[in-house]
Order: sequence, then structure tokens, then C-alpha cells
Amino acid sequence: MRYEAPSTTREASALLANAKGKAVVLAGGTDLLARLKSGDIEPDLVVDIKRIDTTQSIKRMASGFRIGASVPCVEIGRSAALKRAWPGVVEAAQLIGSDQIQGRCTIAGNLCNASPAADSVPALIAAGAKASVVGTAGRRTVAVEKITTGPGKTSLGKDEIVESINLPKRPPRTGDAYLRFTPRTEMDIAVVGAGVCLTLNGKGEVSKARVVLGAVAPTAVIVADAANAIIGSRLEDSALAEMAAACEAACNPIDDMRGTIEFRTDVSGVLAKRAAKIAYQRAGGK
Amino acid sequence: MSAVQVSTTVNGDAIDFVCQPTETLLDVLRNRLGLIGSKEGCGTGDCGACSVTVDGQLVCSCLVLGAEAEGRKIGTVEGLADGDKLHPLQKQFIDNAALQCGVCTPGFLVAAKALLDRNPNPTEQEIRYALAGNLCRCTGYDKIVRAVNAAARDVRKQQARKKR
Repeated sequence: MRYEAPSTTREASALLANAKGKAVVLAGGTDLLARLKSGDIEPDLVVDIKRIDTTQSIKRMASGFRIGASVPCVEIGRSAALKRAWPGVVEAAQLIGSDQIQGRCTIAGNLCNASPAADSVPALIAAGAKASVVGTAGRRTVAVEKITTGPGKTSLGKDEIVESINLPKRPPRTGDAYLRFTPRTEMDIAVVGAGVCLTLNGKGEVSKARVVLGAVAPTAVIVADAANAIIGSRLEDSALAEMAAACEAACNPIDDMRGTIEFRTDVSGVLAKRAAKIAYQRAGGK
Repeated sequence: MSAVQVSTTVNGDAIDFVCQPTETLLDVLRNRLGLIGSKEGCGTGDCGACSVTVDGQLVCSCLVLGAEAEGRKIGTVEGLADGDKLHPLQKQFIDNAALQCGVCTPGFLVAAKALLDRNPNPTEQEIRYALAGNLCRCTGYDKIVRAVNAAARDVRKQQARKKR
């Protein structure tokens, strides 16, 4: 195994493109090093992207926020501006692991590791986040939901790295929230996760919505029917019930030690309802 | 496999080492630098026995490659005491019998210090959350929480004395 820590994305892409055998990208390493340890992967090349300037900071811009791919989640939690704009995304990022893990883990890594249970991913998708992807052919901007294609699988080319995750400027009267179910309070992996982002009109009715579920299918699922169920409503009980039913219908979960198919399906609707209520309040709804 | 040459700082001392790219920072600390305070419990970032700080940030050294230490400042449990003078946390762990087998203790000390550095007056809940990444199979945690609470009081007293 060779270790490289290039200082530009151009060098990083070239290293990945020219790699013989298996090459992997290292950001926080909280998933990658555990997989190296278990022998799950034996890469020939590790490209550490933490020395690349453009991956190292959170930038606030007119268009929103740019979160560098090697910014650890603890820094995301420390950004007051980001917390004000996208509290659901920040809360989701902070749910990942212990303080020790928070000190290393990144949302770009959470995305590229492509676990169906990744906590930050449903929240990012709900908020309309995009990934800035760099490869030898240049840069492209991709909606976060287009990155993961299945458990452990992404649409990224061999030479491509996610340089940053970009969040839009929060539109007026908009709020987001993310909730997950785990059997205990901390240090666990989502059995179900639900991210919701809502925009209200002047009358306090939902005018736009995004409902995204995690850990109930091979990738995070955008449930358009769930969003449609609450659009035009003030989250009355009937609208919420319709949304929950749409969530349940969109589930395609596995049975495992963390939860059964029935349990995951049922909880998806419950969590989506609760997350929607929080998002509604954050959007200024009463 | 090509070896990597690394220049870093450990507990304030400039240190150079050569390691294999597959070695973790924990491997390097224990096997190359003789700093065996940090322990390997799980090797997968779950137990916190290998906790160290990298540029002041609490991390599991089993989830950091040795090569990643280049130019960073590493802090380990060996850096807690000031010569023969124990850190208040170390003193209170002894006084409160907050350890039994001792394998988790270095990790708890490093994690607790990271907590007190940013919050010298934590509530019990804050202590428990801050130490949630450290597993202890002997004590049941209660004595550890009490020790950290007592050490926080000592640290605050020290800080007040320094200000005067």
C-alpha cells in the first residue's frame, strides 16, 4: 500500500486515475481505517485529501455554504451560521459517533462511504445539497442523491473525488429537521432516519417539501408522495397521516439485528411526522 | 510497500519516525515510539482506549494512519502529568477508585482532559456525553464520572489561583 497526501485536487485526481490496482480516498478515515483493519479492503493506494486547501474549511457565500470534504463534523457543529441556516443538517452530522469520531468524520465521507444508514445523507438531500466533484476531466456539480447508487457503491469515476458539499442559501420561510431511531441515545447506527425540509407560503401552508428516508432501502429515498401529501396543508393530522402512509409505502428495508422490516416500515412514518413538525416550526409555522 | 518518513510533535517534543503506510498512529506510538499508555481495545474506533489529540482535537489513534501525523501536534496520556506531578484528573481517578483493570483509563483521561479544556464546569450529563466514546467494562462508569467531576473542580481552582 502506498500513501499519498497531495496538496491539490488536480494531483489527487491524477494519482487516482493512474493508480494500478485498488485506490481509495481518505478523508476522516473513520470508515476506511476500520475496513482496512478488518481486511475488508486491501488498497494499493490511499490518497489522503486532508492536505488540499479547498477541502479544509466551511465557507459562507452569497449562494449558501461550501463545506470542504475534509472538514470534520465537530467543526460543522461549531459553525453558528450553518446551524442557524440548516439546523437539520448540522444535527444529522452531529449524530455520527462519539466525540472521538466527530473529530475526524466528514459529511463527504459519510456520503461516499455509501452506507444506507448514513445519518447526514437524508438531511443533505432534503436541504437540496450538491456535491462538487473533481476529476481529471474537470469539475462537475452533482445533486447529493445522485452520488450513492447502492450499499458501498457510488456514481463517482475512478479519478473523481468530492471536493466539497454545497448547501444552498436557505430560502425564506424554510426549515429543515432530521431525526433517527436508534435503540439507545448515542453511539449507534440508524435503524431508520428521516430528513424533512419545508417551505411555507405567507398563509403558513406548506408550499414546497422534501421528505427523505434513510436506512429503509439500499440508498436514501426521496419520497415525493410524502411531500405531496403535506403540500398545501398546515400539517393537519389528516395530511400527516397521508404523509406517513406514503413513507411506509416507499420503504424497502432489510431485516437485521437492528430492526425488522415491519418495525423499520412503521417507524419511518412516525419519524417523518415528527421531523416534519420540527421543520414546520423552524420555517416559522404555528 | 514504501515506508513513509514523518516529522511530528508528540507531547511537545519534535519527533521523526519512519513507518509503513498501513500502520496506524496507535501502532506507531506503541511500537515505534515506546509510548504504550494508549491502548488498543477494539482497533475500530468503538472503545476509545486509544484516544489521543491531534492538533488539539480528540480522536481515536487507531483510526489515524501514522503517516497522517506529518506536521501535526499529537497529545497522549503520557503528556498529562507535569513531571512527577499528576494532572488533577489522574489524581482524582486514583482517589475515587475510578479504575479497575486500567485498560480503558488512558483513553478516559485523554477524553476527559479534552472535555475540561473546552468546558471546565461540565454537568454530569455533559460528562457522560463527552465520555460516551470510551468503554469501561469494570467500573460501571459511576466512579469515572465522579472523578471527572471532582477533577473539574480542582482545575477550576487552579485556574482561579493563576488569575489572582
